[in-house]
Amino acid sequence: MLTVKDLKVQYGAFVALHGVSLSVTEGQVVSIVGANGAGKTTLINTISGLLRPTAGEISFEGRELARLESHTIASLGIVQVPEGRKLFPDMTVYENLLMGSYSKRAKQYRKESLEMVFHLFPRLEQRTKQLARTLSGGEQQMLAVGRAVMSKPRLMMFDEPSLGLAPLLVQSIFQTIRQLKEAGMTIMLVEQNVRQSLQISDYAYVLETGQIVLEGSGQAVLENEHTRKAYLGI
Amino acid sequence: MIFSYELLAQAIVTGILIGGIFALISVGLSMIWGVMRIINFAHGEFLMIGMYIAYFLTAKAGWDPYLTIFITTPMLFLVGALIFQSTIRPILKDPSMNQIMLTLGLSLILQNLALVVFKADVLTSSTAYTRMNFMLGPVVVRGSQLIAFVGSALTAVFLYWFLQKTESGRAIRATAQNREAAALVGVNVRTTYLLAFGIGSATLGVAASLMIPFYYTSPTVGLFFGLIAYVVVVLGGLGNFIGALVAGLIIGLTESVGAAMLPGSLSRVLTYSLFVVVLLFRPQGIFGGKQQ
Repeated sequence: MLTVKDLKVQYGAFVALHGVSLSVTEGQVVSIVGANGAGKTTLINTISGLLRPTAGEISFEGRELARLESHTIASLGIVQVPEGRKLFPDMTVYENLLMGSYSKRAKQYRKESLEMVFHLFPRLEQRTKQLARTLSGGEQQMLAVGRAVMSKPRLMMFDEPSLGLAPLLVQSIFQTIRQLKEAGMTIMLVEQNVRQSLQISDYAYVLETGQIVLEGSGQAVLENEHTRKAYLGI
Repeated sequence: MIFSYELLAQAIVTGILIGGIFALISVGLSMIWGVMRIINFAHGEFLMIGMYIAYFLTAKAGWDPYLTIFITTPMLFLVGALIFQSTIRPILKDPSMNQIMLTLGLSLILQNLALVVFKADVLTSSTAYTRMNFMLGPVVVRGSQLIAFVGSALTAVFLYWFLQKTESGRAIRATAQNREAAALVGVNVRTTYLLAFGIGSATLGVAASLMIPFYYTSPTVGLFFGLIAYVVVVLGGLGNFIGALVAGLIIGLTESVGAAMLPGSLSRVLTYSLFVVVLLFRPQGIFGGKQQ
């Protein structure tokens, strides 16, 4: 569904990604794990069109994305749940969700998407009139996921969804990702929380200083010697 | 100074009516800042352009002044959109000092172009509305100012509705609150900026037509109203819609009561003293901290 080939991204002279190649298959959860600064967010933001690659290709169902703008990419159904949530703070929960279905394609499904969001997060339904910035951290994360679901995504990219959340909330965000997968969603998950991510992944890539050093099924990467030493402390 | 309650009542009524116009002139500037963090120092000159258009349509072509709204508003939208696209968009990511210099430069260019084309004459167009006054107890209410106030209020309500309830309005607010997140849900940020700048300028078209029955037109008319708009926007809290409306009324009242109670140009001193005092104690503006 999504294929990234030899992607190179630079910030001035600093090379953030040195020729990364990966692919995401429809209906699967693919995770990209790695330490802080490995280039995970850079990768997601380049796919979203917020950053421009210096070389390489990104194709989504045969369509080249690397030259498109963010809003066009979003309207194709590639949606991210950004790191730090990036909500619209002075809008209500309901307005944030409406903004999720801003693009023409998503607007047609607004009603059923809204039902799906409230089914996933009944809490949000009780808070529709509340301003986003007055929500608790966990509720804000729900809203960020809910807003992405409103976009009727074909590919959902999660950027560090567990970052800064209490352990119980981390459990519930992984639970949500599982639920979305069961509903048939294609998911790309970028995480520092290596163990949990690998456990729910069909396929995984390990990213270190801008390069893929290891790939395989979630289980295989989880059992790999290098992963165990470097990320799991075993 | 002769003090009388009649005089004070008169000053309050006039202040509120004029304050409505100040508010209308300011909301556009405030919205533009809220969306793209640009203060357009040529805002007053945009109003001046609108007033010349309204003046020529009424004084030379014999139009009803309020009918000119249907010309001035779209024209000012166009002027704003063209100037944004050609000069402001290329410097959106530049340091704010460059942006200030650019819009200040625009303001000087427009002022001096007006001087060349229209000369320094102060133009007034007298219409039936100009002479339509009525008494409210001891207070004289000028019909044209009352219409301007009502027109400003209606425009503000319409703009508020547009920003709150329509898809495009919501996209403008979303872009103001988080540009990147807006792009990620499919908002074309570039078009949204253009739209916001156009609408912010179009409000000046409405204001120009509402003002033409009671205010003179000259190449430097934008200086006064531009300055008032900056004061109102900062006082109301940059980017705060309701704040700009309330601050517009406050400044209108201050100007008018000051002019009635204080000798000569001391009233201006009062306005800017109020401004300085508010900034000292609430640098974020009276309604700052919460953005629309």
